[in-house]
Amino acid sequence: MSDFNPKIVAFVCNWCTYAGADLTGTSRMKYSPQVSIIRFPCTGRIDFMLLLKAFASGADGIIVSGCHPNDCHYSSGNFHARRRWIVFRSLLDFLGIDVRRVRFSWVSAAEGAKWAQLVNETAEQIRLLGPFKRYHQLRGLGVE
Amino acid sequence: MAIETTSIKRETLEKLFSNWLSEGKRILAPKKLGDHVDFALVGSLAEVSLDQVQTVQSPKIAVFPRVEELLAFQSTDGNVQLRERDLAVLPETVIFGLRPCDAAAFASLKAIFDWDTPDKLFSARLEKITVVGLSCSRADEYCFCTSVGGGPGAAAGSDILLTDMGREDFLLEIISEKGRQAVRSVSAGLQPDAAMDKESRLARVTPAFTVEKISSVLAALFDDASFWEKQSLRCLGCGACAYVCPTCACFDIQDEGGASGKRLRCWDSCGFGLFTLHTSGHNPRPLQSQRWRQRLMHKFSYMPERQSVLGCVGCGRCSRACPVDMNMVEHMRAVAEAKP
Amino acid sequence: MEDLRNKARELLAAKAVQVVVGYGRGTGASRRAVFIQSAAEAGELLFDNACRQNLAVYLMKPEVRKLGKMALVAIPATLRTILQLASENQIQDLELLALVPDASGAVTQLATFAAIEAHVVLQDNDLSAAEKGELQKYEIMGMEQRRQFWEEHFSRCLKCYACRAACPLCYCSRCTVECNQPQWIPVPAHDLGNLEWNIMRAMHLAGRCINCGDCSRACPVGIPLHLLNQKLISEVYTHFNSRSGMAAKADHAMSTFKPNDAEDFIR
Repeated sequence: MSDFNPKIVAFVCNWCTYAGADLTGTSRMKYSPQVSIIRFPCTGRIDFMLLLKAFASGADGIIVSGCHPNDCHYSSGNFHARRRWIVFRSLLDFLGIDVRRVRFSWVSAAEGAKWAQLVNETAEQIRLLGPFKRYHQLRGLGVE
Repeated sequence: MAIETTSIKRETLEKLFSNWLSEGKRILAPKKLGDHVDFALVGSLAEVSLDQVQTVQSPKIAVFPRVEELLAFQSTDGNVQLRERDLAVLPETVIFGLRPCDAAAFASLKAIFDWDTPDKLFSARLEKITVVGLSCSRADEYCFCTSVGGGPGAAAGSDILLTDMGREDFLLEIISEKGRQAVRSVSAGLQPDAAMDKESRLARVTPAFTVEKISSVLAALFDDASFWEKQSLRCLGCGACAYVCPTCACFDIQDEGGASGKRLRCWDSCGFGLFTLHTSGHNPRPLQSQRWRQRLMHKFSYMPERQSVLGCVGCGRCSRACPVDMNMVEHMRAVAEAKP
Repeated sequence: MEDLRNKARELLAAKAVQVVVGYGRGTGASRRAVFIQSAAEAGELLFDNACRQNLAVYLMKPEVRKLGKMALVAIPATLRTILQLASENQIQDLELLALVPDASGAVTQLATFAAIEAHVVLQDNDLSAAEKGELQKYEIMGMEQRRQFWEEHFSRCLKCYACRAACPLCYCSRCTVECNQPQWIPVPAHDLGNLEWNIMRAMHLAGRCINCGDCSRACPVGIPLHLLNQKLISEVYTHFNSRSGMAAKADHAMSTFKPNDAEDFIR
């Protein structure tokens, strides 16, 4: 498993976490290169279907992150997102999908170090869990 | 060939099962799965459920699966490579214990898939099945095989037809050359004595309508919008009827995988609003009543007209699966009684 | 039963409604929806324990709606569906009547959303003890067991969409599965397409489903879809103290929020 390089997709909001990740870079902090960042206007736009698409396209882990509560650029997008994540996460769990593969966080534009830590922790977690082969094989099952 | 009538003991049948498996054949048969019975691959006769009236799904899954790969493609620098299915590796399949109505359904499917340009994949799958039917000793209020030319002990479509005579004895009718080959390994165990009364073991299915009457009314009924509206008012437009139907053959083609992927054939249903939706946004069948009409017309008018075969075998699955109890027998009676 | 039939005759004769959507005799011992459009047909109406379909599904069928003002024979789930549809601005007050037969056969007529709300609060709208028990059985299973359970069930899904058609709250004229630019849910009924479809169905009903159970009853291959809905009903109630189908004007659990919504996994 040591040569397993997990694919992690990060869904982040433009205003806080993306800027935070930028700060990580400009501060010359190093972090796990396994993450691919996808920038959204707001966490409120991060539909659960997008997370499913990431898994279906080969992601082993997912990070979802945006502005801290009360800091949303659009004032309430992250509050709406939080409700959806609460429900979506328990649905995944109920279906037996390992929720440790989806990491939710709040990272502000000032938290460059937190972003580095979040990515590193997630990469480590996913490395321990191994490739999400089970999910990636689903497309082929049931085709004759 | 003339039908050859023999009988077989259950234990010989068991032997036959293991022979088929050791010859590399798969056996698809009704199996109890939770609280319903459906077709599944089995490893022995003991796993087969014989006493249900019908399975949820039809055995068309052996020749027209829910999702099948038609070809694979790979595009590199603008060059597209196609890989066709290797038909030689398709599995030989014995479909065991299907009802005479289901056996008859293969002719309807063949008529569609072989119409105009024969469908290579379908034909290859069909070539590789051996149909071992089992006569019906029971029927329910949804069955109507006798109204559409079939019967609880009808041989059409089967390579072999079994009838459970009780006490571990089965009447075995060899109907085709394929059937003869299939029982060859146990031919010594077949009893030539055929003094068995098959009729006495068969379910009674009273005819509910005649195809002649239906076909004479249907064409004239096409434009009677209020008739179809009334008939389909409670229909919700799902695809359950089409997907459990042994003769429904509509499909959709989907490419998956981007530059490198597969072309898949998937079931589709004329009951869905999207089925006829044009790119322009125009839909020639915008109403559920028109889609219901299409379903009946296709089976009882268009197929007989174009392919000289009925698109219905009277298995009754559509009615059993319908969430709102659209009972086909009643609807066909209503057609027969309509005055267009 | 006679009360119900008389009520239907009276409403139709007075032209107070144009159609009574109720239950009638179906195949064997089953009951099915009937659409009574004249007093003379009212004798077809039946009401007993076999009447289980949530007839509110027909409120959203254009061909039925076209018939005119409707009186709907309602079981508890039907009433909550009416309120939920009202809260989603799909139906207007006074557009329909609800006829609620009780165990003795007497019929209560509810003519306004306010009257339906007053009736609904008296019902037991929580998941039943049996339902909670069944849910718990799966909740305490190991993750791997739950995965196998659902993978086995979803592998049988035909994508016939009977669950969607039978659901009175799945009324979108164009469902996400029918949007193909991009293709959100794979069309093929392979295991990925089936999983995504079932996740999406459950998510889009979160905070909206009123637990009538018609999805599971409609499923031809017997997938226990109601469990997914009940799980989310329970989550939405636990976390947001919200229950669907209780009022004609209501905030929806999934399109509103509280600043202090609690969770323990966002770090």
